[in-house]
Amino acid sequence: MIMGKFQLITKGLIKENPTFVLLLGMCPTLATTTSAINGMSMGLATLFVLVLSNMAISATAPYIPDKVRIPAYIVIIAAFVTILQFIMQAFTPDIYKTLGLFIPLIVVNCIVLGRAEAFANKNSVVDSACDGLGIGLGFTIALTILGLVRELLGSGSAFGHKFISGDGILVFVLAPGAFMALAYLIVLFKKVTAKKGE
Amino acid sequence: MAVQSSFKNMTLCLFAVCIVSSALLAAVYAVTKEPIEVAEHAKTINAIAQVVPEFDGEPVSDTIEVAGKKYPYYAVSKAGQPAGYAVTVSASGYGGALTLMVGVTADRVIYNTTVLSQSETPGLGAKCTEPEFADQFRNWNPAEKVLKVRKDGGDVDAITASTITSRAYSLAVETAVTVYDAIVAENNKGE
Repeated sequence: MIMGKFQLITKGLIKENPTFVLLLGMCPTLATTTSAINGMSMGLATLFVLVLSNMAISATAPYIPDKVRIPAYIVIIAAFVTILQFIMQAFTPDIYKTLGLFIPLIVVNCIVLGRAEAFANKNSVVDSACDGLGIGLGFTIALTILGLVRELLGSGSAFGHKFISGDGILVFVLAPGAFMALAYLIVLFKKVTAKKGE
Repeated sequence: MAVQSSFKNMTLCLFAVCIVSSALLAAVYAVTKEPIEVAEHAKTINAIAQVVPEFDGEPVSDTIEVAGKKYPYYAVSKAGQPAGYAVTVSASGYGGALTLMVGVTADRVIYNTTVLSQSETPGLGAKCTEPEFADQFRNWNPAEKVLKVRKDGGDVDAITASTITSRAYSLAVETAVTVYDAIVAENNKGE
């Protein structure tokens, strides 16, 4: 079965959305989505690593002996994450400061290693790049939506623009609100996609 | 699928992957080293400029030891006269260390304060970064007003439901004044 490049990208958005369908990478999802901007930055950071590591792994996979493939993949992923860290520190220090610990943690994000194992090591470089782009975009969109919902309910603002004076429902900015908002979004996502399937 | 694993090719492969990755990292590090330093420097200068009155030239960085603890501070001057000091202090808040930069003018009045880092509860203690709370320390004269929250008999208006954060903030500012006195004492001794 050969899927078109376009399909490769769109499947990451809906059918195999990493957050709403595969439920992968929950740690950064819950922790960094206190606002829409934070969620989007985290998503874009993961997208960057995902596309590059998918391409590098797809290109090198035929030469890597089977038994050491996981350590080799992790080194490749860690190298891209560190590069990203340097770049963010240099050019977007404010975002780097808010995301802080979660940037190095992209190394152990199961989405990235998962795509390397499940897709990149069996497919061509271009297909793997498309797959990384699709999954990365799906992750970014999911995190932005979750961040937006939490920001709207929790602080009454969207992308940093305040609509109401004072505070919103504070719990949504805190950790329990992340779980609640994510749960409702998954329900909503399932309902919408189930209708489409009929 | 992939190559048959043998001791030799596994070692070689991991070695090659590591060498290439480190070479790549070294290159990116070399390129971004300068912008990172510039960004960090700009951040410090910005924080200093917020808490002290107008100054000229570069702030002079130094540290002083007060009661066994080391405090980094920056001295700024205008037209050759000392204009004030920006002191970095921290106190433990509700969710960890609360680090402030406090500017004290040459006549021992607090010019302004800014939060360098905090991990207080969002919506409660984290409000200490907002002007509603932080602005009360502007032009605060420690000789006239007591740096304690009202509950403890001082003059600081605490954030509602965040007394611990407010206490930590007041304590940090108070420490900055102590550090300021130590700096002045040391300068006088030197003359």
